[in-house]
Amino acid sequence: MSKPKIRIRGLRKAFGNNLVLDGLDLDVAEGHSQVVIGASGSGKSVLLKCILGLLRPDEGTIEIDGRDVVGLGGRALDEVRAKFGMLFQSAALFDSLNLWENVAFGLVQGKGLSRRKAREIAMERLAEVGIGEELSTLYPAEISGGMRKQVGLARAIATEPEILFFDEPTTGLDPIMGDLIDKLIRKCTRELGATGLSITHDMASARRISDRMALIYRGKVIWNGPTAEMDTSGNAFVEQFIEGRTEGPIEVDFLQEHA
Amino acid sequence: MVPILTPLGRTFLVFLEAAGRLVIFTVSALSHCFRPPLYPRLILRQMVEIGYYSLPVVGLTALFSRMVLALQSYTGFGRFSAESAIPQVVVVSITRELGPVLAGLMVAGRIGAAMAAEIGTMRVTEQIDALTTLATNPFKYLVAPRLIAGVITLPLLVVVADIIGVFGGYLVSIYKLGFNASTYITNTIDVLETQDVVSGLVKAAVFGFLITLMGCYNGYHSKGGAQGVGTATTNAVVSASILILSFNYLITELFFAR
Ligand SMILES: Nc1ncnc2c1ncn2[C@@H]1O[C@H](COP(=O)(O)OP(=O)(O)OP(=O)(O)O)[C@@H](O)[C@H]1O
Ligand SMILES: [Mg+2]
Repeated sequence: MSKPKIRIRGLRKAFGNNLVLDGLDLDVAEGHSQVVIGASGSGKSVLLKCILGLLRPDEGTIEIDGRDVVGLGGRALDEVRAKFGMLFQSAALFDSLNLWENVAFGLVQGKGLSRRKAREIAMERLAEVGIGEELSTLYPAEISGGMRKQVGLARAIATEPEILFFDEPTTGLDPIMGDLIDKLIRKCTRELGATGLSITHDMASARRISDRMALIYRGKVIWNGPTAEMDTSGNAFVEQFIEGRTEGPIEVDFLQEHA
Repeated sequence: MVPILTPLGRTFLVFLEAAGRLVIFTVSALSHCFRPPLYPRLILRQMVEIGYYSLPVVGLTALFSRMVLALQSYTGFGRFSAESAIPQVVVVSITRELGPVLAGLMVAGRIGAAMAAEIGTMRVTEQIDALTTLATNPFKYLVAPRLIAGVITLPLLVVVADIIGVFGGYLVSIYKLGFNASTYITNTIDVLETQDVVSGLVKAAVFGFLITLMGCYNGYHSKGGAQGVGTATTNAVVSASILILSFNYLITELFFAR
């Protein structure tokens, strides 16, 4: 494994009494595509927000290119963030800007490109995610949830960041669009050399876009290995998760309460 | 004893935490107002939003409140045969107090609420997080332009309101109370001192700051979906109104207490 682009050790994050991440370790090698899977509410989005510096972990270290970014502020933090592109689970498009302005935002504000140049690039990116030019002047409130995801993805990759975070990139998309997005994510990581960290519930998509998979349970990574070895892992947790059974070592709180 | 003290102490701590958060917010918001890059386009858009679109509401408030003022003071002053003092009373009370305070309260209702709702929605739908990940500081992009626009625009709005207000007093005095038009205008101009106008404009600028600060602060710290945004909106208007009234007293004290 080449040197880790992202290296997380002992990450802990609690909200009041709700311990979400409990000593989580994870390495993502440069140029690799890592997928994180886990039950709803297991802390996958929280993990991403800790890496992005949007939430402050209680304990642990997060190294990006060998530099601990926990508690970083000011210019140093800006430098690190310039390497990131993020697709939020809810897409989080700016509703006061139209679609191409959303995609161009990082280019204009972050990289200081002119509006004209940024618009050109934004149009290309939108085309790549399957949004035609005729839609580019609509506002986020005027398009469907799935399309918002596509635009959010275009915005995340617009600045060609070194590290891409995708929070459920294909949720809410039809299978054909889903496949298009999967291919695009693979292109970003395999051809353009970006490092990817994605979260998804869609196992088919996860297999297509990942080099490695990690399963989060009770705030820890309990299995992490190459995607190809997933089916033969012999790990009861992994087997239960990929088969989607309610019986197994993963406790389903709802069922227990009503048993 | 302990059961009484515990909730009391807890309330006090919550209060301290909120106060500390507000101070930190204000300081970092202010520091971003003075450090480049500023966003002129965003400032301009906010100025239009705060100033231009508030004109009807502020103008109407000014007009009617001054017309009533002229009428009422006529009744009151008539008892002492002091009707001739009406122009003075109208213009001084308007420029010093009524102009900035009424405009401030109306704008707090319009703009404070709108800002808290907009920024609050951006917070709960993760748009503020998205801003941050796109290498844009939300204080710089969202808060600073609004504060700057508020401080610049409110005084302008108050000047317009003052003029409309004096005109309203004039209308009532001439057509209803039978004053002589030219005497009314001469009296108005004679009695007006620079300090009256300056204190009114200083108040307006401070109110503009308070309104936008409360809108941004409450929006920025809102949480918990639509309900949280609703709470933030209410808090923004209520806290801005209370602050306007108390700062009005403080500034009056500063300017006119001898
Ligand atoms: N800002 C917050 N304040 C308090 N609790 C939070 C906050 N954000 C997340 N949590 C809690 O953290 C836990 C994990 O949330 P998270 O959003 O990371 O789940 P997830 O793994 O992304 O789930 P899903 O697959 O449904 O998106 C949840 O129990 C949630 O209640
Ligand atoms: Mg999530």
